[in-house]
Amino acid sequence: MSDGGIGLDIRWPIGLLFSAMGAALAIFGAFFANGQQVWHFWIDLDLWWGLVMLVFGLVMIWGASRAGRQ
Amino acid sequence: MHLSWIDYFIIAVYCAFVLGVGFKLKKSMRTSLDFFLSGRKIPAWITGLAFISANLGALELMGMAASGAKYGMLTCHFYWLGAIPAMIFVGLAMMPFYYGSRARSVPEYLRLRFDEKTRAFNAITFAVMTVLASGINLYAMALVFKLILGWSIHATILLSALVVLVYTFLGGLTSSIYNEVLQFFLIVFGILPLAVMSVAEAGGWKGLAARLPPGFLHTWSNLGHASANPMGVDWFELVAGLGFVLSFGYWCTDFLVVQRALAAQDMNAAQRTPLIAALPKMFIPFLVIIPGMAAWVVLPHASFLVQGSVDYNMALPLLLARYYPAGMLGVGITALLASFMSGMAGNVTAFNTVWTYDIYYSYIKPGASDEHYLQMGKIATVAGVLISIAAAYVALQFGNIMDYLQLIFSFVNAPLFATFLLGMFWKRTTANGAFWGLTAGTAAAALHYAATVHGWLTYRSEMAGNFDRAICAWTVCFVLTFLISLVTQPREESELRGLVYSLTEKPNYRHLGFLRRPATLAIGVGILTIALNWIFR
Repeated sequence: MSDGGIGLDIRWPIGLLFSAMGAALAIFGAFFANGQQVWHFWIDLDLWWGLVMLVFGLVMIWGASRAGRQ
Repeated sequence: MHLSWIDYFIIAVYCAFVLGVGFKLKKSMRTSLDFFLSGRKIPAWITGLAFISANLGALELMGMAASGAKYGMLTCHFYWLGAIPAMIFVGLAMMPFYYGSRARSVPEYLRLRFDEKTRAFNAITFAVMTVLASGINLYAMALVFKLILGWSIHATILLSALVVLVYTFLGGLTSSIYNEVLQFFLIVFGILPLAVMSVAEAGGWKGLAARLPPGFLHTWSNLGHASANPMGVDWFELVAGLGFVLSFGYWCTDFLVVQRALAAQDMNAAQRTPLIAALPKMFIPFLVIIPGMAAWVVLPHASFLVQGSVDYNMALPLLLARYYPAGMLGVGITALLASFMSGMAGNVTAFNTVWTYDIYYSYIKPGASDEHYLQMGKIATVAGVLISIAAAYVALQFGNIMDYLQLIFSFVNAPLFATFLLGMFWKRTTANGAFWGLTAGTAAAALHYAATVHGWLTYRSEMAGNFDRAICAWTVCFVLTFLISLVTQPREESELRGLVYSLTEKPNYRHLGFLRRPATLAIGVGILTIALNWIFR
């Protein structure tokens, strides 16, 4: 799954965007949310979903950089 | 709904990325083919995701959630009866001619197969339809953000149009496709938690079954008679109108989606584009339709009252407001914003291609340098955005936007599908047959609509009227094209190679492994779709 010569592997923007968004969300959820609780679900949605987005972003970056080295 | 700094931060990160992608792609836009068709270099998984995202606009998301609240599981027919079979058909049966003929657009195929007048007819109606759709999309976006966040209508229209203009101007179709893929993942990540939470709060599937009106949980069981289901249609109208004419008309002939497959890197990738798209497409109902049904259960009914009448269009934003804390709300709003903007970008990039290749190059200035057409494409991009803005302000005059879209849609695509079907699979079809059939079919749709507006024709529901109009336009076009073709002179067979089924060599994938062949993927998609229809019958 290369970029096919168009100059930009799409996994870079996807990976970077989701890593940035996920990290921001997780940090906000962990430190700044002042105990805002998701209504009737006892989880910190920002923290956990932010981490999920971060992992997705990192996997995309990993894929793009591996393809770039080949 | 109130946004905090973290939400605005997330929206800003997204906008910065979108513009960054445009700037990054700018240097690879050297020829007009790079700009209009991404140099035909894109791998299938990217064109596949762009293929569904181009259609997965915010209007579609919100409209499907609203339909879920209004009609229940019957709405799933738009996917499991409508879109998926049509996507299988376009991938297996039609892509060999679209991609194989090297046509750069749907109207250009019509010129190769028929003649100039059929192409002109399609190019002009398509160009008008896309900029109108783009404007309506822009207007709807401004209205939604005004309603849920209190943003200024003018600021939303102008700022988002500016962002779309910058990235499509810089990166052409590639930019648009890349943003559609970004948007696809944003929608999944932005809406999935909401889908899970709303259904969980409604008590899961059992809770929905216990609290929704009877008939809301079935797709097929209540279609024996139009009065037996909330949509007011019977199985024939549904299968012929939605499943056949409207869906095949849209997915097989609309250049907005077909353009994504034309950008693919080879024939195999082009054929797999709609098939790969079908895989996530069949699960979209779980993301929007079922949460729409859950919204009906968990939200107080007063929240659906708009000026005294029931309106479910805000079901999705209402769920966002109910479940998402600051931060996650930013992600959800970004998903909506992204799907509005990439919907507009898709329209603009399809418009600039049809304008430049099918109108400007063909009728205004043929034979100029490639550089000249690349410049014209960029000018058309600016013009497309400006006309969209104008159309958005015109749309402010009309009340119900979705109906208006549906109307344009049934005028243009329904008869066109008959033209393509005959043109691609019957070599005797003549240019005059195609042109007059298409004209008459479109006129039939217009007459049918006028008759409904005047009350000469009445339907149980608007949906039933739309389905019948599509059937009527398709039939008129099909029959007339057939009859006129019989009495006019067909073209030489040698001129039709690569354009008609019986005169085209089929793509040969025997050298590929079984799993890499388009047909294998199509069978898998087909089995999954039948299974979904069966499970939720």
